[in-house]
Amino acid sequence: MKVLVPIAKVPDTTSKISFVENNTKFNTDGVTFIMNPTDEWYALTRAIELKETGKATEVIVMSVGGADYEPIIRKALAIGADRAVRVDAEPVDAFFVATQIAEYVKNENIELVITGKETIDYNSFQVGGMVAELLDWPAFALVNKLELNGKTATVTREIEGGTETAEASLPLVICATKDLAQARIPNMKGIMSAKTKPLQVLPPKQVETRTRVISYALPEKSKQVKLVSPDNIAELIRLLHEEAKVI
Amino acid sequence: MAVLTFVEVADAKVKKASLEAAAYGSKIAETNGVESIAVVLGEAGIEELASLGKVGVNRVLHASDARFNTFDSKAFAKAVSEAAQKVNASIVVLSFNQNGKLLGPRLAVRLGAGYVPGASEVPVTENGTLKVKKNVFSGKASAIYEVTTPIKVIALSPNSYPVAKKEAVASVEAFIPTLSDNDFSVRFISVEKVQGSIPLTEADIVVSGGRGLKGPENWWMIEDLAKEMGAATACSRAVADVDWRPHHEHVGQTGITVRPNLYIAVGISGAIQHLAGVNQSKVIVVINNDPEAPFFKAADYGIVGDAFEVMPKLIEEYRKFKAAH
Repeated sequence: MKVLVPIAKVPDTTSKISFVENNTKFNTDGVTFIMNPTDEWYALTRAIELKETGKATEVIVMSVGGADYEPIIRKALAIGADRAVRVDAEPVDAFFVATQIAEYVKNENIELVITGKETIDYNSFQVGGMVAELLDWPAFALVNKLELNGKTATVTREIEGGTETAEASLPLVICATKDLAQARIPNMKGIMSAKTKPLQVLPPKQVETRTRVISYALPEKSKQVKLVSPDNIAELIRLLHEEAKVI
Repeated sequence: MAVLTFVEVADAKVKKASLEAAAYGSKIAETNGVESIAVVLGEAGIEELASLGKVGVNRVLHASDARFNTFDSKAFAKAVSEAAQKVNASIVVLSFNQNGKLLGPRLAVRLGAGYVPGASEVPVTENGTLKVKKNVFSGKASAIYEVTTPIKVIALSPNSYPVAKKEAVASVEAFIPTLSDNDFSVRFISVEKVQGSIPLTEADIVVSGGRGLKGPENWWMIEDLAKEMGAATACSRAVADVDWRPHHEHVGQTGITVRPNLYIAVGISGAIQHLAGVNQSKVIVVINNDPEAPFFKAADYGIVGDAFEVMPKLIEEYRKFKAAH
């Protein structure tokens, strides 16, 4: 049973966010790019664990992007993926990315797709759901526990104020969140072997663009904090009630 | 033409996030001079559904079918798409909540629609083009999305649209989607609720603690204040990582994003990743003994002081306030 883990490239969590070209483009100057944290920490590592426990036969990572994606792909291979595929195209919108993934899944007889939750740049949470719909597969989002028993997957997912446990049969899409697996750091052996693991580059399938960002804005300048003396807590209560009107 | 809102019901009540979505969908319908229609899947009381009229819904399509009582993204996407086609919806609205995050993209694919996940304002529509604002980079910036497909799907960020109520009743009609048992692919097993607490993503007030509280044994301060205020409790990543608090309470860029009316941060320095999870809160109060803590720069109100002295006093003062109001 092959598992596919789509991985995205995002700005490091400490990046300073700014825009260029009249606020129509993200300024990549001085920005370090990383693998989307939930893709790496939970989706990829759970897939590797499934292989280590004999539940999966192969872990494939997939990206849609230019050659500048290769460092994160190599990192995924160093952590333990068996091979990688990159669709050589600008990821214009989520539907474009999901289409490439769904195509590959169909051609490779993949039975399980594990994504991370939303990427930390666009916070959109859409590729996993789109892939599931394109393939007409069941799916679970915000999954923090996944067990496989033959072709049956038992998952626990986050819901408002708790968790829900449910099951579905493979093939299946899972969108991972915290606790699905224990994050791993690549070791020297992994880093060395990653250099020789297969990385296939494929041309994209063309689809129409459905959404685009036309402009960006930064929040208005930072707030001016109003300090209240620790000896006058009643004043804080008064401000929250009368001024901020939140209590 | 119509605006169709997918509304979720849990424990016989419309979910708070769905009520916001219905109010938002109705606002879009009103602006465009079209009907506001809601679709509800699963068993629910007719009075509760008719009360969607209070937020502007004209009519409710209700699929009263027990198979929909638990969430199955594949079956739900089929049923909601069918409703959208039935009423000739040009805009489909849902909440960007836990279920919406999976249902939204599925609906978009099914309807051949452009999709905006996590919209934060009412869209502007002109000549078939829709523009709407959404937060990006975990709240560090916003972006205007443009959608030109004939049908648009918008998932509304929870806690970003105020619900105003009027006296009105929506008509409720039966809706029978053409689904077979094979369309249902998920077998529900159980729900485990976190006992006695308010869901973090639905809370109007959140009280959150960080490493400044020195240990899990001191969390009574957070819990007592939260209890008094009817608030949810949260924590910083550092605290979840050392298991002082459960991971589902971790708020931040890699944890949960919250947008309450009031966020009270106690003993949290305010690392950029934590701020990304809370900076869309309406009002932020920071209590920290370090006047240089970066969180003060993102706060509306601050107290520079020792949490162990401030918190008992704050709980006491809030009790007094509550008794008087």
